[in-house]
Amino acid sequence: MKYVDEYRDGALARSIAAAIAREVRPDRVYRLMEFCGGHTHAISRYGLEDLLPANVRLIHGPGCPVCVLPMARLDMAIACAGLPAVTLCAYGDLMRVPGSNGSSLLKAKAAGADIRMVYSTLDALRIAEAEPAREVVFFAVGFETTTPATALAVRAAERQALGNFSVLCNHVMTPPAMRAILDGGGEGDETPVLIEGFIGPAHVSTVIGVEPYRPFARDDGKPVVIAGFEPLDVAQAILMLVRQINDGRAEVENQYIRAVTPSGNARAQAEIAAVFETREAFEWRGLGSLPASALRLRPAFARYDAERRFGLAETPAADNPACECGAILRGAKTPRECRLFGTVCTPDTPMGSCMVSPEGACAARWTYGRFRDNAAAARRKEIA
Amino acid sequence: MSLAKPIRRKLDLANGRVDLSHGAGGRAMGRLIEDVFLAAFDNAWLAAGNDQSAFEVAACRMVMTTDAYVVSPIFFPGGDIGTLAVNGTINDIAMAGARPLYLSASFVLEEGLPLADLVRVARSMGEASRAAGVPIITGDTKVVERGKADKIFISTAGVGVTPPGLALSSDAVQPGDAVVVSGTIGDHGVAVMSKRENLEFETAILSDCAPLHGLVADMVAAAGPGLRVMRDPTRGGLAATLNELANQSGVGFTLEEDAIPVRAEVAAACEFLGLDPLNVANEGKLVAIVAPDRLEPLLAAMRAHPLGARAAMIGRAVEDPDRFVEMRTVFGGGRIVDWLAGEQLPRIC
Ligand code: SF4
Repeated sequence: MKYVDEYRDGALARSIAAAIAREVRPDRVYRLMEFCGGHTHAISRYGLEDLLPANVRLIHGPGCPVCVLPMARLDMAIACAGLPAVTLCAYGDLMRVPGSNGSSLLKAKAAGADIRMVYSTLDALRIAEAEPAREVVFFAVGFETTTPATALAVRAAERQALGNFSVLCNHVMTPPAMRAILDGGGEGDETPVLIEGFIGPAHVSTVIGVEPYRPFARDDGKPVVIAGFEPLDVAQAILMLVRQINDGRAEVENQYIRAVTPSGNARAQAEIAAVFETREAFEWRGLGSLPASALRLRPAFARYDAERRFGLAETPAADNPACECGAILRGAKTPRECRLFGTVCTPDTPMGSCMVSPEGACAARWTYGRFRDNAAAARRKEIA
Repeated sequence: MSLAKPIRRKLDLANGRVDLSHGAGGRAMGRLIEDVFLAAFDNAWLAAGNDQSAFEVAACRMVMTTDAYVVSPIFFPGGDIGTLAVNGTINDIAMAGARPLYLSASFVLEEGLPLADLVRVARSMGEASRAAGVPIITGDTKVVERGKADKIFISTAGVGVTPPGLALSSDAVQPGDAVVVSGTIGDHGVAVMSKRENLEFETAILSDCAPLHGLVADMVAAAGPGLRVMRDPTRGGLAATLNELANQSGVGFTLEEDAIPVRAEVAAACEFLGLDPLNVANEGKLVAIVAPDRLEPLLAAMRAHPLGARAAMIGRAVEDPDRFVEMRTVFGGGRIVDWLAGEQLPRIC
């Protein structure tokens, strides 16, 4: 294992920061959305905001699979775990996500449901092999990054004629969510969309490539710079976005050349296409129902589709009405503007989706950055 | 005419397993205690065979602690649940600046546990206690049905004596005090995780499990009353320890990420697992808060001890009504170092 210090070099960071400070125009504000939770994490973990001029603002986007999973889907998973002989396999991050009426997988597990934390789809497959009497359901969640692994697991189950394995599929797609952000909050919602450019996903783009982002640049005039997950990658992408905005350009640029190719990973795309088809619409926590934004198993794989296999249905469930996740994910509000932030809603007792995963906008602010919201901190900075 | 004596059958320590009779209070239990625990712990108190042990202490300030150990897996690189139980209890005593005197150990065993595993754990406890010079002088054993415990749980207690005049306290930290760690952080947690089911990965990292009372004695001698408080950052890691101290003392801390010693392998493993080394458990490290004028002698004394060779000052206490633990990152930005919410688990993307 190699430690990637070279992408965290403080001196290099300062020189990029100096370039950004030199090139930003004082008379304008640069609102940039990093779509991915991985970027949000890098930015907060390394305190990147402190290196930026005040008029460069980073807006944390919805690219955190745990955060956008709607309550109704979580309720469905909890219901599924309660069925006789079912073993539900889920990533650890999902255990504490709030469902309706204060439920969660963690609580369902404590109440006796057989819910097991796994680290990969393969773990779930292994459990299905080892325990043929159990109905093993993998709670599949994630963007294009994790979808190929789920596709491979389904194909492996088919090959091995594994009759007791199925997938509760919640895989979602990045471009439709970016589209939804640019299109605003839907009918009746007049909140302006205040985003000048996107820091494009790292791992997602290794799968889907560069092409799917073109319409945002071409049709919406929003520059996109695909960036790696290291803090220096993000800093450099910010500089590239500032330059595009200053030049009046709107292009898709690739900062993450060491991993992302223009057309992406053809094999992974083929695996996804073979196993999954697009749903007409899917509910995103914070963004509402988005057309053609998620995947389900193709009819040919119906026996591996937990929804069909167990006749699971979605019961609509409403988020806490005070939660501002939707507006935050569209860049219209900051976590501080939610009146539950840091009082009722903290990472230990999340009320909304953005507070659940450390990559969520509210959780990142609370966990790493809340000293910036604080008068005492400002005073301390002055003294220092 | 006398009856023929029944042949005393030795326990099959190589291939046998713990069964319910080993906790039933009968002869089987007696054999288990004798062949496993008395043999491994080997001291006069236990040999006396009483339900309790007596010892003399001169009038002084004493400390007492208790702890439970349920680590999984029970064997990990650099130690096992037994070394952890002995050293962990010693360290809880030592963090008061005290000299640990005696330990107790109770075992809850799961039916079916291989006797060979139990012997291995007992022997490493014996070795750890002899190496530290702190005997285990009383104990107990229970066996529960399969599934009612996970292999082996150990519960301990320890007593120790503090040097006259020393009163460390978690509310004694003052703005300007220095924060010192005794060495690299995160080793234990990463070593244990590397052997977790489903998560196994190749690494040369060993648990740092070690008794710290020797190091502590040298520190107390060097810094005296300038030493405000000490903690061993076990569960929750350095982050949890400093947040606790900040809350109890009503101060904040500012840390320099550059100064915090982390092994490259630990950093890489944390990266791969999506963890922060600051949240990862240690079992042979301590954090000390010291008055600024005693910092240099303290660091010199620590570095002269094998368990403090990589001791470093990593930050300072500051006045802060919010009691935040803040850190300047290697990248130059600032961030909060918070408690961990929920379980420590790898990120999924
Ligand atoms: S602080 Fe909590 S309730 Fe408010 S927007 Fe964020 S997640 Fe929703």
